[in-house]
Amino acid sequence: MSELLAPLVNVVIVLGIMLTVAAFLIWYERRLLGLWQDRYGPNRVGPFGLLQVVADMIKIFFKEDWIPPFADRFVFVLAPMAIMIAVLMSFAVVPLSPDIVVVDSNIGLLFILAMSSMTVYASVLGGWASNNKYALLGGLRSAAQMVSYEVFMGISLMGVVALTGSFRLIDIVEAQSDLWNCVPQFFGLLIFFVAGVAETKRVPFDMPEAEAELVAGYHTEYSGMKFGMFFVGEYLGVTLISALTVTLYFGGWKGPLLPPIVWFFIKTFVVIAVFILLRASLPRPRFDQLMAYGWKVLLPLALLNLLVTGAVVLR
Amino acid sequence: MKAIFNSAKTMWHIFLHTFHKRETIQYPEERPELPPRWRGRIILSRDPDGEERCVACYLCSVACPVDCIALQATEDSSGRRYPDFFRINFSRCIFCGFCEEACPTYAIQLIPDFEMGELDRNNLVYEKEHLLISGPGKYPGYNFYHVAGLAIGGKDKGQAEGEDPPVDLHDLMP
Repeated sequence: MSELLAPLVNVVIVLGIMLTVAAFLIWYERRLLGLWQDRYGPNRVGPFGLLQVVADMIKIFFKEDWIPPFADRFVFVLAPMAIMIAVLMSFAVVPLSPDIVVVDSNIGLLFILAMSSMTVYASVLGGWASNNKYALLGGLRSAAQMVSYEVFMGISLMGVVALTGSFRLIDIVEAQSDLWNCVPQFFGLLIFFVAGVAETKRVPFDMPEAEAELVAGYHTEYSGMKFGMFFVGEYLGVTLISALTVTLYFGGWKGPLLPPIVWFFIKTFVVIAVFILLRASLPRPRFDQLMAYGWKVLLPLALLNLLVTGAVVLR
Repeated sequence: MKAIFNSAKTMWHIFLHTFHKRETIQYPEERPELPPRWRGRIILSRDPDGEERCVACYLCSVACPVDCIALQATEDSSGRRYPDFFRINFSRCIFCGFCEEACPTYAIQLIPDFEMGELDRNNLVYEKEHLLISGPGKYPGYNFYHVAGLAIGGKDKGQAEGEDPPVDLHDLMP
């Protein structure tokens, strides 16, 4: 009975934690942006403005859920679900602590790469189904961006895999007991992080939704909770990339004194803070610059990193 | 390479803002310090004798770019002009201060008060009794009728401050 129940409990724990974290990130991001722009951000609703998220949720649930008459209804409804499902599926293999992991898969890392590529369907389908030129442009951009950054995101991770000799995320964390991967795989970390920022469509790589030029990109036509799903999906993506960065490069749950899950979340929130710092400081590049940067700088760097790592491992 | 270094530098500088003082004023608890010339709510002032300064010349009404001032001139028994009614529609007012600049008697003044929110639009229409204050506002001691050459009851030609008695043109023969 208990061996049947334990995975279910883990599923509920991981789902609950991740959705709460994603909602909480709205507050976290606004407060941090406020801090770095010398203002406060939401600080009125509840202690430190924490209940702002609740207020926003209530508001977004009561908004009109409108589907434009010119849209492709089925795909339009499907798109926001796709992003949530794809990102939440990836969390299945991320170990929050040695015990809290839903599926201890021996191809965990590959599974995550596959699932995070699936998120591109959300923006492409959303952009396509909206039947709107801005949304379509956003969808096109996100497809191009995802395809190019996916390539060396995978390649940069191979350095870690080569060092550990396993795709299993628990093994990767255990292998970092003595030295975190961020030291031997420093370039891999940088490349993975940049690719992760592009993957989650965050500033400065938020070309698919560049509000200065494309209204809101692929989710221009979305409103109410469907827009909310895209939003939560984006924050879940940020959490996923941060959790992965921590797992792969910063020793996952490892740390002295505090329980493992606390360490995991401390590290994750620090990485998320770096995401937000990027947003607070860097402007958006042009789209051709983004592409050139990806293919001409990061891809060779990732290959070089893999080459050197391979040489060291095989020596 | 340079771009990456510059980006890192930018991020570091933004990060240093963690330790900066925040610009925000937490409004209802903490009050902003408004300078005395701040253009806020419009008032009508009185001269040191406690009489209305407004002489109902309509200049403020004419100067107003959004036509939010309405008034009607009238005269008392001593020949002193004053507004019969004076109405400012604050739902139209843009607080430009042109009325204050146009006013020849310092009667209409803008003061540093902005808390005029109302739930009903009609409450934003201020009548004279809402606008009149009991003091001279920003210009203490100024009394238009005491310095103007105009003759009114109790003050004839030549009796104003610093004014010479009127010259009789007919006894200025060479």
